[in-house]
Amino acid sequence: MDCSLLRTLVSRYCAGEENWVDSRTIYVGHREPPPGTEAYIPQRFPDNRIVSSKYTFWNFIPKNLFEQFRRIANFYFLIIFLVQLIIDTPTSPVTSGLPLLFVITVTAIKQGYEDWLRHKADNAMNQCPVHFIQHGKLVRKQSRKLRVGDIVMVKEDEPFPCDLIFLSSNREDGTCFVTTASLDGESSHKTYYAVQDTKAFRNEQEIDALHATIECEQPQPDLYKFVGRINVYHDRNEPTARPLGSENLLLRGATLKNTEKIFGVAIYTGMETKMALNYQAKSQKRSAVEKSMNVFLIVYLCILISKALINTVLKYVWQSEPFRDEPWYNQKTEPERKRNLFLQAFTDFLAFMVLFNYIIPVSMYVTVEMQKFLGSYFLTWDEEMFDEDTGEGPLVNTSDLNEELGQIEYVFTDKTGTLTENNMEFVECCIEGHVYVPHVICNGQILHNCTGIDMIDSSPGGSGKEREELFFRALCLCHTVQVKDDDSVDGLKKNQLSRRSCIYISSSPDEVALVEGIQRLGYTYLRLKDNFMEILNRENNLEKFELLEVLSFDSVRRRMSVIVKSSAGDIFLFCKGADSSIFPRVKEGKIDQIRSRVERNAVEGLRTLCVAYKKLTAEEYSKAQKLLQNAKLALQDREKKLAEAYEKIERDFILLGATAVEDRLQEKAADTIEALQKAGIKVWVLTGDKMETAAATCYACKLFRRNTQILELTTKKIEEQSLHDVLFDLSKTVLRHNGSLTRDTFSGLSTDMQDYGLIIDGAALSLIMKPRQDGSSANYRELFLEICRNCSAVLCCRMAPLQKAQIVKLIKLSKEHPITLAIGDGANDVSMILEAHVGIGIIGKEGRQAARNSDYAIPKFKHLKKMLLVHGHFYYVRISELVQYFFYKNVCFIFPQFLYQFFCGFSQQTLYDTAYLTLYNISFTSLPILLYGLMEQHVSADTLKREPSLYRDVAKNALLRWRAFIYWTFLGVFDAVVFFFGAYFLFDNTILTSNGQLMTTSTHMMFGNWTFGTLVFTVLVFTVTLKLALDTHYWTWINHFMIWGSLVFYIIFSLLWGGIIWPFLNYQRMYYVFMQMLSSGPAWLGIILLITVSLLPDVLKKVLCRQLWPTATERIQNASRHCREHISEFTPLACLKSPRYRSSDCSNSPARRSNSHSKKMMFTHWKGVDYSVLPSVFGYSNKHCRSSAGYHYGGSGLETSV
Amino acid sequence: MGFWSWGVVTLQNECPGNTLAYSSISFFYSPTVNDCPFFPLQIDYTGTEPSSPCNKCLNVSWDSSPPCTCTINFTLEHSFESNVFMYYGLSNFYQNHRRYVKSRDDSQLNGDNASLLNPSKECEPYRTNEDKPIAPCGAIANSMFNDTLELYRIDNDTRTPITLIKKGIAWWTDKNVKFRNPTGDGNLTALFQGTTKPVNWPKPVYMLDSEPDNNGFINEDFIVWMRTAALPTFRKLYRLIERKNNLQPTLQAGKYSLDIAYNYPVHSFDGRKRMILSTISWMGGKNPFLGIAYITVGSICFFLGVVLLIIHHKYGNRNTSADIPN
Repeated sequence: MDCSLLRTLVSRYCAGEENWVDSRTIYVGHREPPPGTEAYIPQRFPDNRIVSSKYTFWNFIPKNLFEQFRRIANFYFLIIFLVQLIIDTPTSPVTSGLPLLFVITVTAIKQGYEDWLRHKADNAMNQCPVHFIQHGKLVRKQSRKLRVGDIVMVKEDEPFPCDLIFLSSNREDGTCFVTTASLDGESSHKTYYAVQDTKAFRNEQEIDALHATIECEQPQPDLYKFVGRINVYHDRNEPTARPLGSENLLLRGATLKNTEKIFGVAIYTGMETKMALNYQAKSQKRSAVEKSMNVFLIVYLCILISKALINTVLKYVWQSEPFRDEPWYNQKTEPERKRNLFLQAFTDFLAFMVLFNYIIPVSMYVTVEMQKFLGSYFLTWDEEMFDEDTGEGPLVNTSDLNEELGQIEYVFTDKTGTLTENNMEFVECCIEGHVYVPHVICNGQILHNCTGIDMIDSSPGGSGKEREELFFRALCLCHTVQVKDDDSVDGLKKNQLSRRSCIYISSSPDEVALVEGIQRLGYTYLRLKDNFMEILNRENNLEKFELLEVLSFDSVRRRMSVIVKSSAGDIFLFCKGADSSIFPRVKEGKIDQIRSRVERNAVEGLRTLCVAYKKLTAEEYSKAQKLLQNAKLALQDREKKLAEAYEKIERDFILLGATAVEDRLQEKAADTIEALQKAGIKVWVLTGDKMETAAATCYACKLFRRNTQILELTTKKIEEQSLHDVLFDLSKTVLRHNGSLTRDTFSGLSTDMQDYGLIIDGAALSLIMKPRQDGSSANYRELFLEICRNCSAVLCCRMAPLQKAQIVKLIKLSKEHPITLAIGDGANDVSMILEAHVGIGIIGKEGRQAARNSDYAIPKFKHLKKMLLVHGHFYYVRISELVQYFFYKNVCFIFPQFLYQFFCGFSQQTLYDTAYLTLYNISFTSLPILLYGLMEQHVSADTLKREPSLYRDVAKNALLRWRAFIYWTFLGVFDAVVFFFGAYFLFDNTILTSNGQLMTTSTHMMFGNWTFGTLVFTVLVFTVTLKLALDTHYWTWINHFMIWGSLVFYIIFSLLWGGIIWPFLNYQRMYYVFMQMLSSGPAWLGIILLITVSLLPDVLKKVLCRQLWPTATERIQNASRHCREHISEFTPLACLKSPRYRSSDCSNSPARRSNSHSKKMMFTHWKGVDYSVLPSVFGYSNKHCRSSAGYHYGGSGLETSV
Repeated sequence: MGFWSWGVVTLQNECPGNTLAYSSISFFYSPTVNDCPFFPLQIDYTGTEPSSPCNKCLNVSWDSSPPCTCTINFTLEHSFESNVFMYYGLSNFYQNHRRYVKSRDDSQLNGDNASLLNPSKECEPYRTNEDKPIAPCGAIANSMFNDTLELYRIDNDTRTPITLIKKGIAWWTDKNVKFRNPTGDGNLTALFQGTTKPVNWPKPVYMLDSEPDNNGFINEDFIVWMRTAALPTFRKLYRLIERKNNLQPTLQAGKYSLDIAYNYPVHSFDGRKRMILSTISWMGGKNPFLGIAYITVGSICFFLGVVLLIIHHKYGNRNTSADIPN
């Protein structure tokens, strides 16, 4: 009875909450409610452990094996191995079993080690101490032991260990300040409120006496949504129920600020916290190269199967005549004869599979793994990417994605902390057209008088002086900044002694920057006390203003105002806001001058605000007050009425001036973004920040340019029009312009083309993403994607962490399947970092969450440029050559084997000896390609960095497209045909003999099938190695050593292998075969001829393509080779070359805001200087080089102006 | 250019004068005697054609005794000046069949006593016969070529036998290292005690030759046979004909006859048997393929070189000027 009544009451109280399907009841402090109210059902909740590791000790082996064999290649090799074990095959199981075992073990060890690291990190997290209350006492325990229902105490600057309901704080009003920087990227302080009934509890005992239950929804990932209620039981009375909202919920990951301590009760723990739910499971990422590798693998598998099928069928056709199947000289054994025909055919098929299985080489996977693993060290070792300030270099967390860095099409970057350094700085103010720049700090002291101000224009006159004073006061008064009141009693004194000691807190970092900036200009805001704002002016006199009204900021009006009354009794209305919202309301002031200044600043990427004022008479004020009062009291359409009231009050201003605040960009951020865009990469900024702030940053970092037309898709706009109309309007605007243009000019860099920049906010995005009732949401998505594709830059603001991931996913899954990269520094970027193809973490000052969850971590945003343009490009070029070359060399290897079947009665006879079969991929041809995969630099790193557009040459997996693949495969087949039939004609048409004169014995000997195989194999090894030598552009002594070394090794091995009777072998078929072959003149001639013929088409193709249809990369190669040829004759010049590039970098960096035009000028400039500096000792050749270098730099100049 | 000159040199070696005609012929084996003195002489004595003297022996079996004999007469148009090599050639004989290739026991052939009495499983079904191990075991040994070829020069109806040297036809290393008779005391017969001859052989391995250093496993005919050929059409060195003095050619032009003891049946698998006479030059055997290939490749290289030079001249400057299009 009682119970049901309570329920109805409660449900009425919290209307609309009846339909919770899932809710959880939490007993605060694990106390049971008084008997009779509700049955005590202890619910089970997970503990507060965070698990990011994949394996446990027990499931490691089965789970890891399972995951490894899910890889198509591993599974294939396992099958081959099993087949070899079961049936009688031409090759021994060891040949495929050993490499497979090796691959599996190495991978397992690597993954095990990585997981162990994750375990360690988890443990560190789970073991950090937490205070909580047990029986009225404070207890320290490990974080992981925290349970739902525990009462936790958190001190200032500590992060919350789990999601807590805020019970009480040491502040009287029951509030606390929290920064959620690591959750959503907003570094400003937010206010949370304690539960009304419990906020009075101050100490442990009082809190412990609390008797309450909390009912709330089951955990869900939305950070800003929470519904629940708390029932507080006072002795024997009916419980008081209070609704709980997100303002009562303190989230794990946020940090307590500016509040000494708080008490809270844990409601969501461990993996159920909103932060954990916002993380995505770290799934294994596969690179595009690996995907195409798998596709090629399948193609080769098909080739393999069809080869085996063809051979099996032909075998049985051929054998249909009995004298072929079983001639008198070659009889079968009894069991063989009796075998079932179909079984026999099937085993034959499998045997052919085994015979040809080398076409898909195990060693390729080993080599690729090794190349990736070792290659990633080149990134870590890069000194240019080492950050001196933090002493950190780049980190590689997964080496699987190296080459993906060369394939990026979309970069999603966080703003705060990634593009910007996240500290605002007051740069200048412009009063009446006079520009003031505060000197920041001189010798550690802040100068706060007139000398501290640079007056660019002449000193203003009398009225100007007055305006200037007003301007500073306006800035001092018109804000919602709070002064940190930890020592509010002697705060005044302290501030007088040293102005830096006071700490301003505001939800807007700009306001803080402004107030601090004004402080440096001599006016200090002290505090708000009893509705009086106290400021200290330049003469150190205290001024008091009564705060009458605050017309608070909103994003529609984009301005705020205060109405204050000075001690003299004058009433002022000060207003500051975006230029667009201020200028139309100004009736007086130097509008044009200020406007031009504001526009200039905006393009520079500074965040500008205009300041205006108006003096109110008492009547005007009372009128305004009445208006506001009415609006505030209105029950319906309060917002609208308030807006109308504001509209009426905020008009007829007198413009005072403008301010400019800089959110300092990361070093070379603009330069990096420019380079990325030139490389054909689209850059999107995803931020949780406000639109205005974010847009300013985008201008500053050159994402938006002066001529970019900004399209807005924001809540504001959607309120005015329906989403449908907005979307269609936008797409019309965009498509009308781009309709005539071809698709591939996606860079949007050319100046004659209209540039579009899109701004979208989180709410609008969720509307687009939300499936509609009629199920046509895909329509909106497509439309949205279409708009995005045609915009050169996109800015997404007000994004929740999961929304960032959603955007990334949306692009990732769009129909072109572009490769995406996400870069960020905070915990709020983790989900997007995990979602993108490549996730990059900035090793930030605060927290390494992003860096830990990323694939790569770099110290600064600027390092992204080198990482993508140089390392990524190299990695991609290397791995694609590696993959193609591996398939090529195995086609060369196996195709003769296939052809040989036609001449050996389809009997699965191997062409090569077992040792050659096994060692071909392991030692004869593996090291040169591995080294190539590590070292190759087809153009120099400097060139790649200078010419971002070269990145386009490899875009869209260019080197692994079908055309390239087919070319390589056909080259392989051609070579194989040359090897086989070359040897065939040598053997068939003639008596290949050893020369009597050379051998001293006067004999004249026959060569058998093993010599045939050895001849083919020798040509093969030499051809594929020389082919690689032809492809190598970057020769170091190691390359020479490896390439020639592996050929020498082959010869030595063959001599040794054939040189003695090996006692442990049961066959001696290779005995002296190699030496006999070498002692024959025709064999030598044949080998040389066949090598030449098989290399000829590739050389021809290379030369022709390079001459007739060169790619940008090849042009650069040609040009630099030209130059090098001449230079290398004179070492002094070559030495001069490298520092010269560096000097160009230096000369470029200060002018990073200058456009490309001046860069071109600079190139030509130092071209002239450089060569004139050189003494003309070198004479003619020097001149020669000058001209070719001229070409070169001329080229680069053109390149930059594109 | 190098390729060209090599080609010319090799071709000159082959047959000066009518290289083209010869190269077209060379791809088709003609049983008739060729005009060119350096071209190997081939005589097909399979006897499938009814007119052939060996036709009567076509369907011989292994155990026919006495062996069917036949004689083929031929004329040598040009004399062979230097040492002549005599080969037998088989066609359509799959010595490279997997079952065949592996059907041997190298350690038995190397004189290992344990393997002699217990040959490898690979030799099945030629491993044992009547519960005795076969020596040498396996299909290869079992099917050893056993025709006897003799060459006579017919001079005014007198048949002068030509000395055929049967030693020095195998690789030195094979004869001295890879193949060894079983070790132990006593003569070969004693050493092979406990083994039986291969099924198809008329006599055991220790009776292959009268000379002890060419008997048993180290018989050179046997060693040559045991080196399995790479292709189904192959030839193997049978005998050597040495030049006696500098005054006379090894084989003068004239009439010859080939006496064949026809033992080896090839008709059942559509095979052919040939006898080949050839000489070698300093470059090794006759090699029209190499010559033609070198000439061809050399010309292609030269042609391409010219073409590329023109292309480079025409387009080369354009490329270094680096006018990279957008």
